[in-house]
Amino acid sequence: MGKKPESTFINMVSRLFAVVAVAGAALGFVYMQTFDVIQAAKKKKLETAIGNVVPAFDTLITYKVMPATGKDSITFYEAYANKELVGTAIATYTEKGFSGVFKIMVGFSPDGTIINTAVLEHKETPGLGDKMDKKKAKWSIQFNDKNPKTYILKVTKDGGNVDAITAATISSRAFCDATQRAYDALEAKGGKNE
Amino acid sequence: MSSQMQNFTKGFIKENPVFVLLLGLCPTLGVTTSALNGFGMGLATMFVLVMSNIVVSLVKNFIPDKVRIPAFIVIIASFVTIVELLMQGYMQALYESLGLFIPLIVVNCLVLGRAEAFASKNKLWPSIVDGMGMGLGFTFALTILGGIREILGSDSIFDTLLHIFPVDKDGNPITMIAFVLAPGAFIVLAYLIALTRKLNK
Repeated sequence: MGKKPESTFINMVSRLFAVVAVAGAALGFVYMQTFDVIQAAKKKKLETAIGNVVPAFDTLITYKVMPATGKDSITFYEAYANKELVGTAIATYTEKGFSGVFKIMVGFSPDGTIINTAVLEHKETPGLGDKMDKKKAKWSIQFNDKNPKTYILKVTKDGGNVDAITAATISSRAFCDATQRAYDALEAKGGKNE
Repeated sequence: MSSQMQNFTKGFIKENPVFVLLLGLCPTLGVTTSALNGFGMGLATMFVLVMSNIVVSLVKNFIPDKVRIPAFIVIIASFVTIVELLMQGYMQALYESLGLFIPLIVVNCLVLGRAEAFASKNKLWPSIVDGMGMGLGFTFALTILGGIREILGSDSIFDTLLHIFPVDKDGNPITMIAFVLAPGAFIVLAYLIALTRKLNK
């Protein structure tokens, strides 16, 4: 290799430009190569999450709904098997988590009964609030097969039916809040286009 | 070759990037809640470190001195983005648990530090060896740190339950939760640094 180039203005601009151009081209190439794989991985993850909370389905209808409370929209995934509605998975969220927003997926049967729940993403305290994740503890199983029409989605301390996670009442309340938001949206929509 | 061997092994104990050089402490403290997270972060950093060392040592005579740092950062950031894309596509679970800390490899001073202090002054082969040695030392440190925190805080190692701690009425282990939180990272790191200093004496 030759001698190191002088730090003249032209040298600096041209050489830095060359480095950036090569780096940009390399990034573009990798991005294009991995684009399909990443999309497929994301889609698979979403479908697994939906499959966990509703019965087996063959068609999925997706749309967004603005809930009565809360700042952001929630997503409905209506699952159909042989053109019949078998369940609705709702990707909902709460802003009341111990560390801010977290997202869960709740599956409802057509009569509004909770089939199953799954945590999508959260930042709750490891060892405490993260017990709402089925991978960590069995806590969230108590929601299964309950209809929020009669089952009050509040922790027992607040007069509801939900046993809070020990030492993580805030996370438990937030989980109830997210589930309630999904149920309310489902109810509000219920009579209109069914 | 013996000097290459020395160059390679110095990253483990004598010049361990975490325990002795105290470089890259942000991801060290942030992601090591479990052995697997530490291991994954270590490998991702090692990949970036080796690749950036290779490229920096190849282009060192092409870059004028005054713009070398911006050029190095562009090179490092490119490799980090490549790692992020690959991980997102092929290792979803790890990508999710490391999350924000992947883009932060760009500002891990270990990577820029080795580019500036070693690769920009040495030939290709020693730079590769240096990157691998330092990367393995970093991985080793993060895995040990993550492992200790996982055992004490979650009663498991590499996601396998150990059943050392007593269980509560729901069957969940009663562990020292502080160790998976930020303060635990500082405590364990401090003990490991003390131990390394003792070993190096």
